[in-house]
Amino acid sequence: MSILVIAEHDNATLKGATLNTVTAASKIGGDVVVLVAGSNCGAAAEAAAQIAGVSKVLVADNAAYEYQLAENMGELIAEIGKNYTHILASATTAGKDFLPRAAALLDVNMLSEVIGVESADTFTRPIYAGNAIATVQSSDAIKVMTVRGTAFDAAADGGSATVEALDTAKNAGISAFVGEELAKSDRPELTAAKIVISGGRGMQNGDNFEMLYKVADKLGAAVGASRAAVDAGFVPNDMQVGQTGKIVAPDLYVAVGISGAIQHLAGMKDSKVIVAINKDEEAPIFQVADYGLVADLFDAVPELDNAL
Amino acid sequence: MKVLVAVKRVIDYNVKVRVKSDNTDVDLTNVKMAMNPFCEIAVEEAVRLKEKGIATEIVVVSIGPKVAQEQIRTALALGADRGILVETDEKLESLSVAKLLKAVVEKEQPQLVLMGKQTIDSDNNQTGQMLGALTGMAQGTFASEVAIDGDKVNVTREIDGGLRTVALNLPAIVTTDLRLNEPRYASLPNIMKAKRKPLDVTTPADLGVEVKSTLSLVKVTPPAQREAGIKVADVAQLVEKLKNEAKVL
Ligand SMILES: Cc1cc2nc3c(=O)[nH]c(=O)nc-3n(C[C@H](O)[C@H](O)[C@H](O)COP(=O)(O)OP(=O)(O)OC[C@H]3O[C@@H](n4cnc5c(N)ncnc54)[C@H](O)[C@@H]3O)c2cc1C
Ligand SMILES: Nc1ncnc2c1ncn2[C@@H]1O[C@H](COP(=O)(O)O)[C@@H](O)[C@H]1O
Repeated sequence: MSILVIAEHDNATLKGATLNTVTAASKIGGDVVVLVAGSNCGAAAEAAAQIAGVSKVLVADNAAYEYQLAENMGELIAEIGKNYTHILASATTAGKDFLPRAAALLDVNMLSEVIGVESADTFTRPIYAGNAIATVQSSDAIKVMTVRGTAFDAAADGGSATVEALDTAKNAGISAFVGEELAKSDRPELTAAKIVISGGRGMQNGDNFEMLYKVADKLGAAVGASRAAVDAGFVPNDMQVGQTGKIVAPDLYVAVGISGAIQHLAGMKDSKVIVAINKDEEAPIFQVADYGLVADLFDAVPELDNAL
Repeated sequence: MKVLVAVKRVIDYNVKVRVKSDNTDVDLTNVKMAMNPFCEIAVEEAVRLKEKGIATEIVVVSIGPKVAQEQIRTALALGADRGILVETDEKLESLSVAKLLKAVVEKEQPQLVLMGKQTIDSDNNQTGQMLGALTGMAQGTFASEVAIDGDKVNVTREIDGGLRTVALNLPAIVTTDLRLNEPRYASLPNIMKAKRKPLDVTTPADLGVEVKSTLSLVKVTPPAQREAGIKVADVAQLVEKLKNEAKVL
């Protein structure tokens, strides 16, 4: 078995999700090689070489990979990947963008959001917004999959992989990066935070999210949101938790003014402890909450802030 | 320009699906079916492009059983001009869907292909990207804004860190995210009119595509169930429980 893990990074730093994906790769068993494709991405490659369990890091350092455009990444991964039995990437918006493209170029199917490794060819993944778990066996020559970070622990550091530079420049020339608006925040990343506090439509507007930010900063927590809060423009899209947003599984998840639609639950119901604050005692969120507080959030959240 | 929209018939998003007791699959008997919500957004975007005078013809395609004609008719009622059903009763994996769509693309030669980012049954989020690979077209996935600009399309994409804009050469594939638009409802007169719009039925064999499966479903199980916990009386009790019982603060 030889497994290729595609690193998630921003050229300068390696993203934490890569560590979870390496753990999934180690569960399959075999040689784990990490591909770092970027531009001036030496620092990210160095970091990848230090992950325990990684034998080799391949570095494709070229302007064509600076923004990891799917058209270029697809071609690169399809070429490098044909020598491997498995190709894994994190189930982030980057991995979801380029990996299916690579799979189709290799003429194989793909498994999205894998949450368990049963054997080298059999994996589990959620379907129907997590209301069912499918165990799927693949007969493809190369098994291609994205891995859900919350389902696997982060790999430790302490590795010393060899780093090998690749001479490659796959430039499909059909797409170009124009610009980016990235949310800047000093709070921990949603998918990595130990505590997440999310607000829903009940928050009424973006200004009221300040209440949640204050509590979050006391607890070192990340702040998330329901789709309704994002659609209404209270907060940016990258805060959405759910079936089609981010998947989180912190030690503590606090849902404030969120009803608990199945699409929202799909993104947070694997949290260790769930707290719900909602004024409607019939709200479905209470069916999954370990601690439910039936209260007006405009009273409860400031009280919580004072109590901490 | 000609726009092709791919739509899939799936379980209605309000339905909470149940796993069959023999764990072979989920139970879809007598379950309400509908157009995949992301495909509705794709249809809406095509109709808006037509209203702006950019799109000249909207062709909608679905691959699935005969009853998937219902979803094609819905798209026609929303403003699509004609429909294609690739009829098959097989459960298709994304690669096969992409190969069938590629055959349709070769016939129709659209300048833009609009698709959903994800179907809410398989939750695959793959088909648009795979179609991109097979046709060599550029892809703008998870789109929250689409702007045609001459022989290019600028797509603003919802990514984990925020928003990113890419410029793609046309023809291109765009997959829709939730914020791209808010789909309209079909009016009764338009539903009536849609019944007379052309809908061609073809098959994978007609398209010269051999459908093969490489993924087998070993079993389907319900997820770990969470029990509802307790209701706390007030914030003080909540904090006390989180500190001393759950030990998460
Ligand atoms: C294809 C598709 C994908 C989707 N993906 C996602 C997703 O990824 N994530 C997601 O979250 N949703 C998603 N949704 C939307 C989902 O179905 C719900 O519409 C959404 O989660 C509702 O958000 P909400 O709970 O904030 O709003 P609501 O359902 O309106 O609930 C608001 C809650 O706030 C409470 N409230 C109001 N005022 C107060 C107050 N003063 N004090 C206390 N409580 C108060 C109310 O009692 C209510 O329970 C998706 C839907 C579709 C169709
Ligand atoms: N059977 C199908 N018929 C038509 N379009 C489909 C079909 N399956 C998937 N698609 C398209 O591909 C998108 C993404 O689907 P998926 O990759 O299955 O999550 C959907 O929103 C549709 O636009």
